[in-house]
Amino acid sequence: MYPFQDQIGFPILSVMTFLPTLGGLLMLLFMRGRPTLYKWTALVTTGATFVLSLVMWAYFDRYTADFQFIEKVNWIPRLGTSYHMGVDGISVLLILLTTLLSLIIIPASWNYIKDRELGFFISFLVLETGMLGTFCARDMLLFYFFWEIMLIPMYFIIGIWGGPRRIYAAYKFFLYTLAGSVLMLVAIVAIAWLARPNPFAAPVFDLDQLQNAVFTINVQFFAFLAFFIAFAVKVPMWPVHTWLPDAHVEAPTAGSVILAGVLLKMGGYGILRFCLPLFPDAAVIFIPYILILSLIAIIYGAMVSLVQKDLKKLVAYSSVSHMGFVTAGIFAFNLIGIEGAILVMFSHGILTGALFLLVGFIYERLHTREIASMGGMATPFPIAATLLLFFALASLGLPGLSGFIGEFLSLLGLFTYNKAMAVIGAFGIILAAAYLLWMYLRVMFTGLKDERWHELPDFSLREVSCLAPLMALAVWVGVYPNTFINLIQPSANRLANQMAPYLAEHGNFLSHLFASLGGGS
Amino acid sequence: MSAADLAAVLPIVVLAAAAVAVMLAAAIHRSHGLALWMTLASLVLAGASLPLAASEQPRRVATLLTVDGYSLFFTGLILAATFAVAVLSYAYFSRRPGNHEELYLMLLLAALGAVVLTGSRHFASLFLGLEILSASLYVLVAFPRGRRNIEAAVKYLILAAVSAALLLFGMALVYADLASMDFDRIAAASAPAGTGDLLLAAGLVLLFAGLAFKLALVPLHMWTPDVYQGAPPPVAAFIATVSKAAVFALLLRFFHPLAIQSHANLYVAFATVAVASMFAGNFLALLQNDVKRLLAYSSIAQLGYLLVAFLAGGPLAVTAVSFFLVAYTATMLGAFGIVTLMSERREAGSLENYSGLFWRRPWLAAVMAAMMFSLAGIPLTAGFIGKFYVLDAGVGSSLWLLSASLVASSAIGLYYYLRVIVVMYRRPLAAGGHSRTRPPLRPLAGGLVLALVLLIVLWLGVYPGPLIEIIQKTAILN
Repeated sequence: MYPFQDQIGFPILSVMTFLPTLGGLLMLLFMRGRPTLYKWTALVTTGATFVLSLVMWAYFDRYTADFQFIEKVNWIPRLGTSYHMGVDGISVLLILLTTLLSLIIIPASWNYIKDRELGFFISFLVLETGMLGTFCARDMLLFYFFWEIMLIPMYFIIGIWGGPRRIYAAYKFFLYTLAGSVLMLVAIVAIAWLARPNPFAAPVFDLDQLQNAVFTINVQFFAFLAFFIAFAVKVPMWPVHTWLPDAHVEAPTAGSVILAGVLLKMGGYGILRFCLPLFPDAAVIFIPYILILSLIAIIYGAMVSLVQKDLKKLVAYSSVSHMGFVTAGIFAFNLIGIEGAILVMFSHGILTGALFLLVGFIYERLHTREIASMGGMATPFPIAATLLLFFALASLGLPGLSGFIGEFLSLLGLFTYNKAMAVIGAFGIILAAAYLLWMYLRVMFTGLKDERWHELPDFSLREVSCLAPLMALAVWVGVYPNTFINLIQPSANRLANQMAPYLAEHGNFLSHLFASLGGGS
Repeated sequence: MSAADLAAVLPIVVLAAAAVAVMLAAAIHRSHGLALWMTLASLVLAGASLPLAASEQPRRVATLLTVDGYSLFFTGLILAATFAVAVLSYAYFSRRPGNHEELYLMLLLAALGAVVLTGSRHFASLFLGLEILSASLYVLVAFPRGRRNIEAAVKYLILAAVSAALLLFGMALVYADLASMDFDRIAAASAPAGTGDLLLAAGLVLLFAGLAFKLALVPLHMWTPDVYQGAPPPVAAFIATVSKAAVFALLLRFFHPLAIQSHANLYVAFATVAVASMFAGNFLALLQNDVKRLLAYSSIAQLGYLLVAFLAGGPLAVTAVSFFLVAYTATMLGAFGIVTLMSERREAGSLENYSGLFWRRPWLAAVMAAMMFSLAGIPLTAGFIGKFYVLDAGVGSSLWLLSASLVASSAIGLYYYLRVIVVMYRRPLAAGGHSRTRPPLRPLAGGLVLALVLLIVLWLGVYPGPLIEIIQKTAILN
């Protein structure tokens, strides 16, 4: 039997995952000191990875919730862990986002980095391997492996090529994430031991087997907490979000794009993939607390965005607010909410990625990100103004663009769960309109601040072509979201069905609790 | 002594003969290169005799020594690590004035003592092995004969003498109680005695204390930072790796059949030592500005992790300890190897010397970063699998407090490992100045050792399966 049994008889997931690192290795060994050559190699590598992900999408059977393109070979048999890869609709959607953003950041940082460019591009290629592996892994240890591998290149990207306070930001990023994930490691080992079918068996790390294991409520409680803290730091949820603004402000543009576009999604993905199906009893207990934290994140993130002076920090805090919709949607525990959460993740990846690119491109011209020192930029930079308007509108949830559909579904899910909470959450969208439009007003209109800007070039073809695919995708998701909803539907549905009985069990207790909050359901 | 006995102890014989040969050669013709080549050749020869010895195992040679898969596995580890230390020593001493031939003599003797420890099954051979090892180390620490070296050596000598006294007293108590110095008989006799036997318990604690000194476990860790700082870096590497691996192998061999988990008092005492080592090592390392001192505290914490597996007991513990020691040895050799190569002209202990290393010598910095990641236990490196294995053993035996301490303290530890990396990636202050002070990687051999260590650390981190297979086939204690 082949170690992999999939639609196309070709280990597409492994090839896709390791292709970027292979490209990076070739660049390191053969292309030192030849910038043009290695930049093109990086572009071709990420391009090929993107094409592979499209091929995978084309062959993906979207009528089943089963995992596909399965590859399974022994890795460390004595430890009970195997190299097990596989994807479902949720993974496919996030993989597409990852490969697209990874492709876009290469031309976006074509001329951005002056120092040690080779290391910069290699870091991103290794990072792409880590991200893709995380979305494909079907073995807990393998997952943890890829999860941690992402940290190292990102740490270097912020710490070496970042802004003036890069060392502090890199530290903070690394320590926050790692402190969360070592807790997860203990929980992984613990459940692997507890899930053994008999006392003499090896620990169980395989997700297919873990999914069938039943844990006592005490185990679930602590394991859920350990997993959830790791993921909550990544999302990031209020109050463990404080690493995010620092990391974003100091990171180079491409780093911010990947950080906001993909790395934050790891948190939501982890919750969907592990926290809910493995520990459903505990998840239900935590619903009210997590929903309250999510609402705080939505409102707090938006309000803090309002008062930011730094353009990049504004986008960073808006991420906290948007990601609040993800956790709120997931913990509404119904199909609509979960689908909404996944769509918010996808759309946030596109839009925030684009916004960070825009901020980066503007910074390259003006050498400042301070909103107060901008103004009237619409006259000298009409193309930039148009693009920023488009992505700001999409991000504030204008119907017809991608931001709307996810947050709408997420709120709808929350509404069926609890009306009062949905109403509070909806204020987040209003606040988003406020901070984004006000930002646009101050940056693009209100009188030209500096006459010399007329001599600066508007966005080049390279810069526009980085943003164009994101723009197209934003319209696609906004106008015809069915393409993507159909992709995730079976998996989301399975998850919602799986959770429904647990919710019913605890439903009485919860509705009672919320009735006292004035909501009722 | 039969031919089979001789074959079984061949590695020991080769090492002893090589020590004499190197001494005689130095007496006739002083040549640093010759001494190095003889040392390396004899280490390879001793390594080549391992399969021959393995064909005779398990075998008890006289009453003192035993040759089994476990001892041979650690012998192999010791020989490989000594090989690396010898090459690094050449890189370090070849640029320094004076005669260096005796260094290799002492190195071989220390390795001999370590190998004897791994095969010892009797208090007499335990003490002999330990003293051969220690006596050579006193000389090695003092070797360049600078003020700091001699200070460190004297400190080590005095404290080691105290610990030897503790060890002997412990042995005496155990002997007084059980009338035997043979490990097997001690294990057999102590089992029914249970926990009530105060004499035995006191003896075991003192024995543990004597060995804990060598392993630098809290509260017997005070000497470590000073000695590591004062010793030449290759020698510090030897103390951190070979000496500790051999003593830990012995510790496990002696205590494993005693099943300390069932002796509540002993267990609590040992667990306290483990927790204290993990936290003290990691916390104190935070305050260090000297790489060698930092590595010293780091090694205290690492040995604390190892105690978690030791306390877990059972067959998994033996595998976990063996794997962790291999990973730890490779990583520490790599880290001290960098310090060695950085000290080409003058001692490069202070963290400041590493500032901006990445921009001057990217390969050295990359290896150092990999070693730091491995010590911190980040995936892709051997250190992760090692720590994971230990955690696996701890959780598997439901040692929740110890496992939690391991995780919490290693999260603290991360901070100082990152600090080293951050310093290396700091941009040089004077732009353009770095191209001028970029010496070539002079002793090529040292670079090769580092490359090899890097490969091993990464290989074990990605695909540890083969090594685990070997460990499970050979390193077995019953």
